[in-house]
Amino acid sequence: MISSILFGLLFIGGFGFFTYNIYKIRANVLLGRDIDRKGNKFERWKTMTLVALGQKKMFSRPIPALLHLALYVAFVITQIELIEIIVDGLFNQHRYFYESLGSFYTFIISFIEVLSVLALIATVIFLSRRNLLKLPRLNMKELAGWPKKDANLILIMEIVLVTCIFTMNGADEAIRLLENKGSYGFSISSYVGPLFFGGIQSIETLHIIEHIGWWGHFFMVLMFLNYLPYSKHFHILLAFPNTYFSNLEKKGKLTNMESVTAEVKLMMDPTADPYATPAESSSEPQRFGAKDVTDLTWKNLLDAYTCTECGRCTSSCPANITGKLLSPRKIMMDTRDRLTEVGDNLRKHGKAFSDGKSLLGDYITEEEIWACTSCNACVQECPVNIDPLSIIVDLRRFLVMEESKMPTELTGMLTNIENNGAPWQFSPNDRLNWANED
Amino acid sequence: MSLNVPTMASMMAQGETPDVLFWVGCSGSFDDRAKKITKAIVKILNNCNVKFAVLGTEESCTGDPAKRAGNEFTFQMQAMMNIQVLNGYEVKKIVTACPHCFNTLKNEYPELGGNYEVIHHTQLIQDLINTGKISLKDGGVYKGKKITFHDPCYLGRANDVYEAPRELIEKLDAELVEMKRCKTNGLCCGAGGAQMFKEAEKGNKEINIERTEDALETNADIIATGCPFCNTMMTDGVKNFNKEDSIQVLDVAELIANAAEL
Repeated sequence: MISSILFGLLFIGGFGFFTYNIYKIRANVLLGRDIDRKGNKFERWKTMTLVALGQKKMFSRPIPALLHLALYVAFVITQIELIEIIVDGLFNQHRYFYESLGSFYTFIISFIEVLSVLALIATVIFLSRRNLLKLPRLNMKELAGWPKKDANLILIMEIVLVTCIFTMNGADEAIRLLENKGSYGFSISSYVGPLFFGGIQSIETLHIIEHIGWWGHFFMVLMFLNYLPYSKHFHILLAFPNTYFSNLEKKGKLTNMESVTAEVKLMMDPTADPYATPAESSSEPQRFGAKDVTDLTWKNLLDAYTCTECGRCTSSCPANITGKLLSPRKIMMDTRDRLTEVGDNLRKHGKAFSDGKSLLGDYITEEEIWACTSCNACVQECPVNIDPLSIIVDLRRFLVMEESKMPTELTGMLTNIENNGAPWQFSPNDRLNWANED
Repeated sequence: MSLNVPTMASMMAQGETPDVLFWVGCSGSFDDRAKKITKAIVKILNNCNVKFAVLGTEESCTGDPAKRAGNEFTFQMQAMMNIQVLNGYEVKKIVTACPHCFNTLKNEYPELGGNYEVIHHTQLIQDLINTGKISLKDGGVYKGKKITFHDPCYLGRANDVYEAPRELIEKLDAELVEMKRCKTNGLCCGAGGAQMFKEAEKGNKEINIERTEDALETNADIIATGCPFCNTMMTDGVKNFNKEDSIQVLDVAELIANAAEL
């Protein structure tokens, strides 16, 4: 009875706190400007199915893709067991579905056990890639401190989770054998159980061990769930909405700034009255481009929370490869960290509060964004369709159109376009000279 | 052979409409190296009797580098002026040798009122070969040569055109060798996003050097490109390694024009 109540309270508390955090993150994401990502539902479902569910883009690097797949499938399938854990926990049962499902139950648990072993192997390899092999993209300077700890913590939690599963099933198996009821016949624990717990002759002790495994598993699930919103690991959930709301246009197309279109049209309209009072606009005029996270679109902000810091973007970025400061992954991490800060400030101090900081300047430097060649390699590489380039372009727009700050050569290039219709200082009248030259 | 380069204005004056407008672009008009690519394309168009025209002095920068540098005002001013001219001539179809112009005209002009069918010159040439308008006798001068193709970002990743230039290279009876980073994984030459017009930020290497190393690793005789900026960057890269004598940088249009002895 007491354990049922404890279970129920933990369950409600765990999911409640998770829901509260989800709500907070949703509110943060909605601080972004609007962008239309509604239409073409068929294409959106297709993209989500292929890229998030099917992990299509992961497979451009097959070895990590297979290891990741093992973890992913194990994680998803193991959740089936959660159903039984909830039933057992709330109604003080033991393996509630074992009798009724029969051999199908054995199959399911066996399958989960095999996947858990694969996941364990993948986890150990992932840990060694990070900490022993020191893969360059997993050891860059933007990962120093918390991000590196975060990554290792997730992997360690996964090992603990798998250990709990085998402690639970293994001790249970040992109890069955001691009580002469015959093996459960689960694929892994029918071997691991006797191996680790076969020497224990006390049923009492085995029950305690089994309970430690069971409660440990349940506790880890709740821990993990509530750890997600604070971690790069949040991608396991956000990958789905993030790919659903992907940009479906050609990658080369940058967004059109409608606020500029209105002004340019006015400038080019010979009948326009320059002294006419502008039409009353209902909303406050928006800043050109982005200085802070609230100037970005909600999709940029969703991207930031979805990023799992794998660094495929950065490892394919021509600027980063050649030693420039720019790292697309850092752009995403900075956006997320700044957004969390802005959201927390808003909830603590209200709307009018300003901490005097901004994404551009306090997090991302001008040198970083000017190093970008807009080549789209980062966008192409991202396994969950994050678009760092659109953030970089919006930051440039703010610098150029609001602050007139840019590398001096670019000022010259822009002046040339405005005066000569070409980025170089050539006379527009000479544009056809090539046709008559040898 | 002198080139026949009709302008849109002269064609209209004669009451004629071209089938396609050749958008030359700023590089193609002013840059000495890129002008050779422009002429190679005109030779192909003339040879195949394609009814085309250029805007000549009425053409102006598409605004691509301005937009990528973050100056949407300058971009839209350029775009609106160009759209006025293009719509005035009732242009339906545009071919261009510059992937940056290609991308901007194709993807960014429609929202400002400019709707055209826009193709890259490699796509047009591919069509001319497939319809038998250009014949390459046994591949021509490049038969058996090793050629590697450098994917321009604004043709490849930005617009998913990977096959047209490669099919043309194969038509030369040459051996197409791929660099380790190619197609969707192709490495930028370093010129995009307005970098062409500024010094690179501080780093430990220039991007075009990194990319030229990829090309040199293939032991190709020729680096083929489909973009005037990439051409400049790769040519500079090859010079940096003092390899001008052993490896050439040529546009796919030049390869075809030379092979067809135009």
